[in-house]
Amino acid sequence: MSLSETARTPLRYVNDTLKGWALHTQEYFRLLARSLHGSVSRPFYRRDLVIQMDAIGVGSIGIVLLTGLFTGMVLALQSAVEMKQFGATIYIGRLVGASTIRELGPVLTALMVTGRAGSGMAAEIGAMKVTEQVDALYTMSVDPVRKLVVPRFVAAILCLPLLTVITDVVAILGGMLIAVVKLDLTMDLYMRSVYLTLAETGYIFRYIPIDLFAGLLKPVFFGAIIAITGCYFGLKTSGGTEGVGRAATRAVVTTSIFILATDYFLTQVLIALLIE
Amino acid sequence: MTQDSLDLWDSQMRKELREEVRKALADLGDESSLPPVAGPVVELEDLCLKFGDHTVLQGVSLDLQRGETLSVLGGSGAGKSTILRLILGLSLPDSGQVRVEGHDIAHAPLTQVLALRRNMGMVFQEAALFDSLSVYDNVGFYLHEHTGLPEEEIRRRVRESLELVDLEPNQVMDLLPAELSGGMKKRVGIARAVVHRPRILLYDEPTSGLDPITTRTINDLISKLQTELDVSSIVVTHDIRSAFRISNRVALLFEGVLVFVGGPEEMVASEDEYVREFLR
Repeated sequence: MSLSETARTPLRYVNDTLKGWALHTQEYFRLLARSLHGSVSRPFYRRDLVIQMDAIGVGSIGIVLLTGLFTGMVLALQSAVEMKQFGATIYIGRLVGASTIRELGPVLTALMVTGRAGSGMAAEIGAMKVTEQVDALYTMSVDPVRKLVVPRFVAAILCLPLLTVITDVVAILGGMLIAVVKLDLTMDLYMRSVYLTLAETGYIFRYIPIDLFAGLLKPVFFGAIIAITGCYFGLKTSGGTEGVGRAATRAVVTTSIFILATDYFLTQVLIALLIE
Repeated sequence: MTQDSLDLWDSQMRKELREEVRKALADLGDESSLPPVAGPVVELEDLCLKFGDHTVLQGVSLDLQRGETLSVLGGSGAGKSTILRLILGLSLPDSGQVRVEGHDIAHAPLTQVLALRRNMGMVFQEAALFDSLSVYDNVGFYLHEHTGLPEEEIRRRVRESLELVDLEPNQVMDLLPAELSGGMKKRVGIARAVVHRPRILLYDEPTSGLDPITTRTINDLISKLQTELDVSSIVVTHDIRSAFRISNRVALLFEGVLVFVGGPEEMVASEDEYVREFLR
């Protein structure tokens, strides 16, 4: 191999990698665009939508309840250690309420649903892909994006905010449990503290606390990310059963990173738009 | 929410796609009034296809005449299944033409591709039945998706298709694909492919992984469908014995190049080196 060829190999590698990334990005956003279009145009597969809402929404209630409960409890417990030193335990409700509604509720719910439903989407569609069921849909003139992706996309967008509300409520109640049992606060004092946090940042549309609005807007984006990423990796699956496992793992890792990154940027935007 | 109301919802929502297909059919002329094609039903002309540096098909020209069964033979990776994908419009050739009933499917608009696929049925290698649906829903899938037929009529047609492939409808209709044997899956796959009475049937390795007795049954079934439904079929296989049994003509692919096309007897008599090697 000549010197110029040796130098060209890493360049070609970089070139191919960048091209691959560009192609993935293009196809990912194309799938998103087709799903958005499919969500507002016919035909809708409403029966599939109900099935997916059951799988993503109802099926995730259990883990969301547990996640919310223990997160709220541990937040109260950890903050109590510090706050006791300053005699500030009455502010525990504020801390639990603010951190749950603004950040932990949406993000933890999204991450839990990613692990449960996002991986499931990638595995299920991936298995359909490697067993030619997706091709079978094409041959029967059925668009797999409309039949498989759109119901999951819409279901995730609708279910994530609802699941986040459950996480928020249960986390606040979990914090209250610790506040009342271990820190001898009254329920009333704790709940008033939570309420004050919500009221502090102001209201949008007159009655909706900004924190709550922002906390319920994020899950809409997270739902879209979970569904599109899961379905994208599912539809890209190749290489038999091993490929299905790989698709599920990639979907979970990529979705988790996307959620955390999107959370940062969304928070920036929401602070700039709503608070500042 | 009851099952009935979900079904009603579904059928209403699918009207739109049916309209799309209907419109495409109108562009072509109504299905029933599509002029009978004088020439070949499927015509591949000088097809070339590459995946990266790998040549899959190189100058392949082949035709399927009305009412005949053509088997495409070849080793693994010779490009056999790709031919079926090209005919269905699932892949596009780098160059060359794929004409289905006189229409160039590779360059047709989507609505026309959908309409052309309506006249085709595909039997997949591993049947590709939808795991979550029962045999009844699998076989009736096309009718539920694209026709406004009443449920009773769909049930009648599904039963008819299952009987056509020698399955007892009452015994299998409610089963899930996971509960079927390999041979039964293939038969349900065939029933699903013929339920809308296509004019062209495409089989991808219909006998792979089957025991000799089931293989013979499936071969008999392919021959029976050719005469009873008057379909033209392309069978992609590496099973020489099956190909000779069911085909009017046989084509042999070697590394993406068509090395032989002709009757089974001609193939046996061929002096071509690769043909002799393949038959040995």
